[in-house]
Amino acid sequence: MTDAEPVSEESAPEPEAAEAPWARLHRDGLKVTAILLLGAAILGGVPTATGIGSGGSWAIALAIVIPGAALLIGVPVALDAIRLHVTRYRITDTRVEMHTGLLFKRRRSLARERIRSVDLTANPVQRAFGLVKVKVGTGESGSGAGSLSEQTLTIDSVDRAEADRLRAELLRRAAVEAEGDAERRLATWRPGWLKYAPLSFLTPLLSGAVVGGVFQVAEWFGRGGLPVEITADLVERYGPWRVLGMGLAAVLLIGVIGSLAFQGEAWWGHRLDREPGGTLRVRRGLLVSRSLSLEEERIRGVEIVEPLGVRLAGASRLDVVAIGLKAEQQNADLTTLVPAAPVPVTAAAAAAVIGPVDAELTGHPRAARTRRLRWAAAAVLVLAAAVAAVHLLWPVPGFWSAVIVIAALAAAAWTVWTALDSYASLGHGLHRGYLVARRGSVRRATVHLDRSGIIGWRVKQSVFQRRMGLMTLDATTAAGRGHYAAVDGDEHEILDFADAAVPELLRPFLVREEPGER
Amino acid sequence: MRGMKETGTRLRPPNNRFDRRTLPWWRLQLVIATAVPVVPLAVLGALIAPARPWLLGPAAVIAVIGAAAAVAMPIWWHRVHRWEVTDTAVYTLTGYFWRTWRIAPMSRIQTVDTTRGPLQSMFGLSTVVVTTASSAGAVKLEGLDHEQAAALAERLTELTDATPGDAT
Repeated sequence: MTDAEPVSEESAPEPEAAEAPWARLHRDGLKVTAILLLGAAILGGVPTATGIGSGGSWAIALAIVIPGAALLIGVPVALDAIRLHVTRYRITDTRVEMHTGLLFKRRRSLARERIRSVDLTANPVQRAFGLVKVKVGTGESGSGAGSLSEQTLTIDSVDRAEADRLRAELLRRAAVEAEGDAERRLATWRPGWLKYAPLSFLTPLLSGAVVGGVFQVAEWFGRGGLPVEITADLVERYGPWRVLGMGLAAVLLIGVIGSLAFQGEAWWGHRLDREPGGTLRVRRGLLVSRSLSLEEERIRGVEIVEPLGVRLAGASRLDVVAIGLKAEQQNADLTTLVPAAPVPVTAAAAAAVIGPVDAELTGHPRAARTRRLRWAAAAVLVLAAAVAAVHLLWPVPGFWSAVIVIAALAAAAWTVWTALDSYASLGHGLHRGYLVARRGSVRRATVHLDRSGIIGWRVKQSVFQRRMGLMTLDATTAAGRGHYAAVDGDEHEILDFADAAVPELLRPFLVREEPGER
Repeated sequence: MRGMKETGTRLRPPNNRFDRRTLPWWRLQLVIATAVPVVPLAVLGALIAPARPWLLGPAAVIAVIGAAAAVAMPIWWHRVHRWEVTDTAVYTLTGYFWRTWRIAPMSRIQTVDTTRGPLQSMFGLSTVVVTTASSAGAVKLEGLDHEQAAALAERLTELTDATPGDAT
């Protein structure tokens, strides 16, 4: 480990190369790649070999699988060795630069003043070697064009000391150096919060995945009908209702265990800190350790999210609305500052980030409730029609008929309840410098959006809304999802609200109607 | 029903309608959209005698609907779609069944693009697209006269250049 941090001077083809030395990636990155591929090869190779071997001769199976595995490991490792060899990066006074590629040279360069987030991650193998992957984000989210990869620069990988140096260096702002201001803890995760994990929508999702997985595995072994046969056997022995109940319980149990494992891995040891110089830092992860540093200057608000199950348990989650962090990326965890936690904890963390969030919200007109109940009525009609159609078209056995009717009744009740609940959620208000809007039942979310971060309005009204005197106000912003809406407000009041939220923007286009006119 | 007798704030429609040449432009678009399914159906109908009623029937129905839309819809759209540019904001109203008012303040505009498709060119029209830093904030002015669009883009660029900051 003498060459733990190989920093090489390049033979300087460019004149300014002298001012900042080019650094290379850590060599152990190659070992990490090799180990990960070996793992993948074993995971894929053993079932394949078993599959072929059990059907024919083991010699043939090995003759196919072993060269295949060698190819699968060898080629990517060779490519990765080349990548490690040719990749160089450096930080100059104004830019971060990275050169990579052997045949296709790629030169990336980011302006340092544009850097808004630095994301450190390390999977278990990388952790064993003390390596970290560094992702530098510029937070450019302009106008939809340009893929995400153009806005981030990934340095994969360097050792931990170098990663910390990069992080500190890249987020340091000479101008706003708050001197002596020590790191401050805003929230610390407790293992007890794991009890909210099974209440998330991950649970039914995982349950479904398990059922699908069982069929898939059966298919691989050429026995696709096996699960159905086993179920039929069980039904014969124990009766349909008991099998249905037990089956649901078992599948749900698997979902619960799965979501506990996923959430536990993702959030173990989570803490949210404010660091000197105006950055927030989220650190978390049991196996893969993750660290996200986020410049506070880029934060335009927070969103308090209460998925139904979590809400009923008296908990909520805190997401950040920041420029350059898009909420709908596949890795939604990225925007989360505090995972599902008791409401007071989330509120305190939100207050620490943007100030008090105890806003009084104006409810929406009763017409909004009527509108939701009409949707629910339509859905119930469709359900009833579907149940009737099934019974008219096919001869349905008594057991299945009962299951279908019970499921349809439950769905109908759920639909109506959701309509009433989502109406109860609706609200909007102004609180200090923030526009506050709440909506949703299954995923209730309250956004607190910095009014200075509102960069335009989109006002919408369908014919149905027009007849009911309702209107939807959408505030557009450069941060988070790009727009946040107050849905189905009173068509007059919501415009006054928008006018108050961002003075002068809407004013020239508003007319105040006198009674009796028009 | 309610708004009629209440005092209340409303959005006034933007001042300008789009150029009258948008009418033939929209018509041509509708005609093309109709021709895409109708022509293959008609050609096949002419060639395959046994299936003729099954091919020419739908072709006729689509053609009639398309023709009616091409006559009526542009007149209606021309009445409904409006735009306005003030010193402080770009303001548009589009749609009838789903009305959308968009307001983009001058100080937050990032780019001003002028585009001109082949069909638009035939009618001497241009589109001006104003984008902000929000993925949802773009405002499109589709169907301005060439010169009007160029002058507007220039004016917008000047106005936005005059405001400092990164518009986020």
